[in-house]
Amino acid sequence: MTELKVTAEPGSHEVSTEREVEAPRDVVFRAYREPELLAQWLGPRRYEMEIDTYEFRDGGRWRYVHKDDQGNSFGFHGVFHGDPSPDGMVQTFEFEGYPGHVSLDTAVLEDRGDRTLIRTISVFQSVEDRDGMVQAGMADGMREAYERLEELAAKLVANG
Amino acid sequence: MKKATTGTSDEQLDAVFGALADRTRRAILVRLAEGEASVNELCAPFAVSQPAISQHLKVLERAGLISRSRKGTARLSHLEAEPLKEAVTWLGNYREYWEESYERLDELLGAIRREGSGQTDPGRSSS
Repeated sequence: MTELKVTAEPGSHEVSTEREVEAPRDVVFRAYREPELLAQWLGPRRYEMEIDTYEFRDGGRWRYVHKDDQGNSFGFHGVFHGDPSPDGMVQTFEFEGYPGHVSLDTAVLEDRGDRTLIRTISVFQSVEDRDGMVQAGMADGMREAYERLEELAAKLVANG
Repeated sequence: MKKATTGTSDEQLDAVFGALADRTRRAILVRLAEGEASVNELCAPFAVSQPAISQHLKVLERAGLISRSRKGTARLSHLEAEPLKEAVTWLGNYREYWEESYERLDELLGAIRREGSGQTDPGRSSS
C-alpha cells in the first residue's frame, strides 16, 4: 500500500489522486460497484453513509448522504456516464450544500497483479470551485503553497 | 467554507499563506527545518542579496513561522513549526477524507480476501 498522493496544480480546474491498495483489480471494482460495500468505505468513519440510489450503469443516477452523530447530514448526487468498468468509472458529482457546482469525476483501476493502483481525476467548473471543494482557496499563493507545504511538513515530522 | 481550526485566526492563516506564496521563503523554511541559520548562511544557496533575504525573514517572522535570536554579531533564524502545522491541518480536509476512505477500503478488501472466494457478502467491518 502506498501513501495517498493528492495533486492540485496552481490555477488548474483539476484535483487528481493516486493510491495503491492491496487487492486485485476485480475485487477493488466490486467495492465500487456494490452499494453495500461502497457504504462500508467511502467517507470518514465519523459519518454514517446512507445510499439512496445507486444505479451503476450508463445514465444511472446515484445519491448518498453522509450523516454525523449530531444530526448533520451532507447529501451528494450525480449521474454515471458510460458503462462503469475498471478502466473508467465516470460520473458527475455535486455536493447538495453547494448546488450548481458540479465536478466530473473519473476513477481508473490500474492492474498491478496482486495490487491495484486507484487513480482519480476530478475536473471542476472553475479554479474557485475546485479550491472551494478542497478548501484551499483562502489566500493568494495558497494553491502554490499546497505541495511545498506537504514536503515541509514531512520534514518537520521527520525532525520531530 | 472558511472555517479555521481552533486556535488559528483567519488573519494568521492569511499571513502564513502569504508568507508561503514566495518560492525563496519556502526554500528558507526548508533550510531551517534542518536547523538554525544566520542571514549569511541563508544567503549562500540563493541568488539573492542579503537585504532581500532579511526582507523575506521579516515576512516569515511576522507570520510566526520563524523566530530570531542573536549570537555574537550574527542573527540566527529558527523555524517555528506550530503555525505551519496548523496550516497543514486546515488544508488537510480533502486529503483526510480520501485518506480515511482508502484506509477503510483496505480493511474491507482485507475482509473480502479472508473470506477466500469473495462471492458472499463480507462481514461488516464498520468499526
